[in-house]
Amino acid sequence: MLKIIVPIKQVPETGNVKMDPETGTMVRDGVVSIVNPLDLYSIETALMLKEKHGATVTVLTMGPLNAVKALKEAIAMGCDEGYILSDRAFAGADTWSTAYALFNAIERIGDYDLILAGERATDGDTGQVGPNIASGLDIPLATYVRKVNNLDLEHKTITVERSVEEGIETLQLPLPCLLTVVKEISYPRLPTLRGKKKAKTVEIPVLTAEDLGLNREYLGLKGSPTRVVSTKSPKVTRNGQMMTIKDDKDVREAVDALIAFLEERQLI
Amino acid sequence: MSEKNTNVWTIAEAANGKLKSVSYELLARGRSLADACDEQLVSVLMGANVSEAELTTLIQHGADLVISVQDPDLMAFIVETYSNVLIDLVQQMKPNIILAGATNNGRTLMPHVAMRLHTGLTADCTDLQIDLNTGDLLQTRPAIGGNILATIKTPNHRPQMATVRPRSTQPLPADPSRAGRIQQISLKPELVDKRVKLLSFEAETADESNLQDSDVIVSGGRGMKKGDNFQLLHDLASLLGGKVGASRDAVDRGWARYPQQVGLSGKTVLPKLYIALGISGAIQHLAGMKTAETIVAINTDPNAAIFQVADFGIVGDAFQVLPELISRLEERKS
Ligand SMILES: Cc1cc2nc3c(=O)[nH]c(=O)nc-3n(C[C@H](O)[C@H](O)[C@H](O)COP(=O)(O)OP(=O)(O)OC[C@H]3O[C@@H](n4cnc5c(N)ncnc54)[C@H](O)[C@@H]3O)c2cc1C
Ligand SMILES: Nc1ncnc2c1ncn2[C@@H]1O[C@H](COP(=O)(O)O)[C@@H](O)[C@H]1O
Repeated sequence: MLKIIVPIKQVPETGNVKMDPETGTMVRDGVVSIVNPLDLYSIETALMLKEKHGATVTVLTMGPLNAVKALKEAIAMGCDEGYILSDRAFAGADTWSTAYALFNAIERIGDYDLILAGERATDGDTGQVGPNIASGLDIPLATYVRKVNNLDLEHKTITVERSVEEGIETLQLPLPCLLTVVKEISYPRLPTLRGKKKAKTVEIPVLTAEDLGLNREYLGLKGSPTRVVSTKSPKVTRNGQMMTIKDDKDVREAVDALIAFLEERQLI
Repeated sequence: MSEKNTNVWTIAEAANGKLKSVSYELLARGRSLADACDEQLVSVLMGANVSEAELTTLIQHGADLVISVQDPDLMAFIVETYSNVLIDLVQQMKPNIILAGATNNGRTLMPHVAMRLHTGLTADCTDLQIDLNTGDLLQTRPAIGGNILATIKTPNHRPQMATVRPRSTQPLPADPSRAGRIQQISLKPELVDKRVKLLSFEAETADESNLQDSDVIVSGGRGMKKGDNFQLLHDLASLLGGKVGASRDAVDRGWARYPQQVGLSGKTVLPKLYIALGISGAIQHLAGMKTAETIVAINTDPNAAIFQVADFGIVGDAFQVLPELISRLEERKS
């Protein structure tokens, strides 16, 4: 049977992030963790393929132990099983180091036909881990996939549409391969009652660096090629000319002033 | 690191034999870095059917050397092959820095390469500088939804790699007298990966696809109230010879299409004139437009953050200002 692995990330809900103006860091108090919103689309894609062709869908995350919650949410949506990669040694990993741990875990899980990653995680916001994993596993890659046209199990190929700035490419990839998917691909479903029950009882194996025989030199902050050296809160003000409209006369005045301004800057 | 890595590389992109603007933008970034470390600036093109004359424009825009690998097998962007080719070049020539566009292809190729070269890669940089003490590349990017700017280094691995948002820099003016060299390298057959096939390509025809090429952008947000009202924006845009953009809120509501979205998770634009109507100016929206040359904002809320970046702001109702502005511009034309 088709085996699909979906790497998902647990991220802070950053919709209305509060920043500490002093330290320039995120105020983490009371911030809830959620499944990376863009990973719901890869989960949905896996579940649609499962409905059509039959499949087992495995979700995988690297993170602190409480990220099991993200895996359980995916299982509540209909995924079959989950693994969590959790170890102090992973803390502070950049995309290279994250992908190193994840692709080794995927190799350990083994026998996969398809890996579906999100376009990017809303916290790190790099979109690098998916392509990193494909590169590490040496399996074919298609990014920005907006549609799966056809999965041919007999010939072991998948045909997909990939978005680029100039238009849409149709690509055929042999299995196993990795796709990163974009929002347009599907509309994520909600968890079901049956799924929620399963999520409650399911065992989630924890994999550590030692279980996977990983090279400690490559892990966490120490094993990350990149380093954050400083952060600051961006501040921008242009102190532009302002007009306020209170009645109809003001509308004409404001528009006059705007047109004069655009003329002066030779924009009209 | 036994041997010292030298030179700054930028990855050029072409379509149908024509270089894309991002190729020149990267050279503007690369030129100042190369000058700061007293190294050469190299533009690398992988592709097909790009003429010598076209390649010369890379030299005119700042490159000292153009490395061109062209072959029918590089006509389509197949990441596995492109990655093999770039890694092969890097291993032979050992660059210090590689910059690529944060385009869909650049964001695919660079992480593929970084993984195998075992080096760092920083996505979507908005600022690049050389640390004058260590010579390291300082890579600044927005993080946590644009709420902070993080500066990142790759201290112990080479090359140092970064992607840069298209339209976040102006190309240098072309200088036809600049000297430089073009080196054509033939594609080694063993680098071609035939596993993935491009079956077809359908060009985007909708005109919002070239939002980034437009000198004037008229953008609407949730304050436009409903999709039909975007017609007013189209009317204004066509009078100004511009295109219509939108905030994410407007895109999510279906009033505009995703290619029109400006901001952190949409496009970065650098027009001469950006007019924001009914847009609050969330940090994620500003991330995509705050470097526009001139910004005009119209919003009913005097405290809207968009006014912070505006050169000209009108606190008022878009539905009063727009019709007046449109009719005045029409009068002016006739
Ligand atoms: C990870 C992440 C990525 C994001 N990426 C993007 C992105 O790429 N682009 C983006 O735009 N957003 C992005 N956002 C969303 C962003 O945070 C804001 O929610 C969004 O920009 C708000 O859109 P808006 O300004 O249209 O709506 P609102 O914030 O609701 O603002 C509407 C404005 O219209 C004004 N208004 C109302 N009526 C009128 C009227 N009659 N005339 C004039 N003004 C009026 C109001 O005063 C208000 O200021 C992102 C968010 C996250 C978390
Ligand atoms: N810690 C993680 N655990 C599992 N998957 C991850 C992790 N980080 C990133 N990913 C996957 O990589 C994609 C891109 O993430 P990023 O490169 O961090 O923007 C996500 O949508 C996930 O599919």
